[in-house]
Amino acid sequence: MDLLAFFSDYTLRTVAMGAGLLGAVSGSLGTFALLRRRALLGDAMSHAALPGIALAFLITGSKAPLVILAGAAVAGWLGAWFVLQVTNLTRIKEDSALGLVLSVFFGFGLVLLTWIQKRPDASQAGLDKFLFGQAATLMEKDLLAMAALGVPALLLMLLFWKELKLLSFDPEFGNSLGFPMRRLDLLLTTLMVVAIVIGLQTVGVVLMSAMLVAPAAAARQWTDRLGVMVLLAAIFGAAGGMGGAVLSSSVRRLPTGPTIVLFMSAVVLLSLLVAPNRGLLWSWIRQLRSRRRLQLQAVLEDLHALSLQHENPFHPHRTAVLRAMSEGHGGADRSLEELESQGLTRRLGSDHWALTEAGAAEAVRSFGEKGGAP
Amino acid sequence: MSPAQVEIQLIAAVTAAACALPGVFLVLRRMAMMSDAISHSILLGIVLAFFATGDLTSPLLLVAAAATGLVTVALVELLGRTRLLKKDAAIGLVFPVLFSAGVILIARYAGDVHLDTDSVLLGELAFAPFNRFEMFGIDWGPVSLVVMIGALLANAVFLLFFYKEMKLSTFDPELAAALGFSPVFFHYTHMGLVSVTAVSAFDAVGSVLVVALMIGPPATAYLLTDRLPAMISLSVGIGVASSLAGYWLAHSIDASIAGSMAFMTGVAFLLAFFFAPGRGLAAISRRRRRQRLDFAGQMLAVHLLQHEGCPDERYESSMAQLEEHFRWDRGFAQQIVRIGMKRELMVQQEDCLQLTDSGRVLARAVVER
Repeated sequence: MDLLAFFSDYTLRTVAMGAGLLGAVSGSLGTFALLRRRALLGDAMSHAALPGIALAFLITGSKAPLVILAGAAVAGWLGAWFVLQVTNLTRIKEDSALGLVLSVFFGFGLVLLTWIQKRPDASQAGLDKFLFGQAATLMEKDLLAMAALGVPALLLMLLFWKELKLLSFDPEFGNSLGFPMRRLDLLLTTLMVVAIVIGLQTVGVVLMSAMLVAPAAAARQWTDRLGVMVLLAAIFGAAGGMGGAVLSSSVRRLPTGPTIVLFMSAVVLLSLLVAPNRGLLWSWIRQLRSRRRLQLQAVLEDLHALSLQHENPFHPHRTAVLRAMSEGHGGADRSLEELESQGLTRRLGSDHWALTEAGAAEAVRSFGEKGGAP
Repeated sequence: MSPAQVEIQLIAAVTAAACALPGVFLVLRRMAMMSDAISHSILLGIVLAFFATGDLTSPLLLVAAAATGLVTVALVELLGRTRLLKKDAAIGLVFPVLFSAGVILIARYAGDVHLDTDSVLLGELAFAPFNRFEMFGIDWGPVSLVVMIGALLANAVFLLFFYKEMKLSTFDPELAAALGFSPVFFHYTHMGLVSVTAVSAFDAVGSVLVVALMIGPPATAYLLTDRLPAMISLSVGIGVASSLAGYWLAHSIDASIAGSMAFMTGVAFLLAFFFAPGRGLAAISRRRRRQRLDFAGQMLAVHLLQHEGCPDERYESSMAQLEEHFRWDRGFAQQIVRIGMKRELMVQQEDCLQLTDSGRVLARAVVER
């Protein structure tokens, strides 16, 4: 898709801006959700928003974006509140409460949606786009509604930065300092609801939780600083949102929500693999290196142990013996050759190896005069 | 009732029972959200197997979907083991990816066949009776019903054989491991059963509502009993009852059957949440109230005992002083005194309170405690 078309196409611009905005908001707020271990609460809240969408339409008869989003927000918030009540007041654990709220609210939403669709005054088509999202239907008024909710949420996050940070890392300490942690938790839940609600039309209720988790999970791999993490998550979210939304509205039959989620997940996978320090790739390489180093050490130690048995410490020994001794750590031949390139061993004939003077000195330094540990 | 209606209700009831059995252990093992992850991601398995066979009724779909469920579990655990992500985040990342892949494949390549994204989420129980299972020239009933009975049997047989092991590895996994029952084996078998049940129920009720049937009734039963056998049978009973109630709700307002079944499991839970004997909100608040009254009565008895025979007895044991000393309002003070006299702990003479013998015994016991 070329840039000129992008900037001249009004629809595409709206879609990209909307998805970018929602990605940035959900990315930065999702950071706190991830750190608070609220990833699955987002899932429950986004499903719980569905009956709110239907009820808002049923009560007001309006499909104005702000009305629908407000309904979704109230229902999502109620879902979160209900999870809290059930876990606090009964012995039911959080996971069951989440699953219950998620499925029951969603089921109720389906009942309402199917009921609305079968009513005679059917000017209501299009509510079901909230299931999987349809970025192509974004219009300027939707964008305005998203901004009207998202920008204040971001401002609130900045305003309460210190408190939210405390809440994410050490709520007990915050409590002891006299901060109202319960109310701050409520604030965080409310901010999460906002982030979810503004994504409903683009990503849909089913997959919206991934928009909270994925950018934050990716950002977490690159940094240990909260500020950097929020910024990175916002950038990842915006990029993934824009990429997915633009792609899905320019290719036929490509649902927006799933496309964005796949985009975001690719970013997460990449971050898990190559992020500096934490990346899996680096830790595999580190592991490989240290295993190699230990193998070399083991062969050197074997050779040293053998040379202790002889008057002459530089007496050559058969490779077969060294192979037999290295059983369990393997690669005796390769290790001997590598030690030779380091000048610690030398080859005699075709199948004999001996320590060099440097090798003997190194072995004594590492394993002591008598062998074994120093 | 027409035969189709009977069949729909049969399917609903069998589905609810089949979901409740593994659901009990999901709730007890704190893995409820795993069922959400599994029920979403099996879609990818179904789609891939459908592309491979080109046949929506192929049993291979079941196998592939169950395998995808296990892959989901393994992926979540793998991600968790890297320690780069917490477990909840791992669940929240894995199933959206697999589900998205499935939805995109359907939307792009299978949009024209019966497999469409809406029925994935919602299921369509109303059409289930039209799809008949015929073998040896006999009509055995709707395919969904046969499949669900199979899933129910699989779950029941597993529980029958491994009840003791499941119970032990659920309540005391360390002991189970020490005794030589492999927790990993039971974990994965359980997850496999959850997957198989979810796939079978998928057609009828859709992916999200499978979660309602797996979690709702067991969570409700958990509020009603402390015994595992009772919890299992209650879960099945509640599941069947809410699915039948859901059917009739949907029938009367012409809405999604699966949705109203899920809604009804929620109603059942709410009823238990408020009215469960001993554990419901009503019982809790009744108990708290009684404890408050008991405690106040005991304090009053101790107070009277303390001042018995002292020069200020008349003053300290007056009703007005109770309001001052305990900061009780008048109504509460009168209530406490009324209860105390009814239990014959104290008597009132003019405006003063005096302990009876049994009141003194109680007060001493409280002080010594």
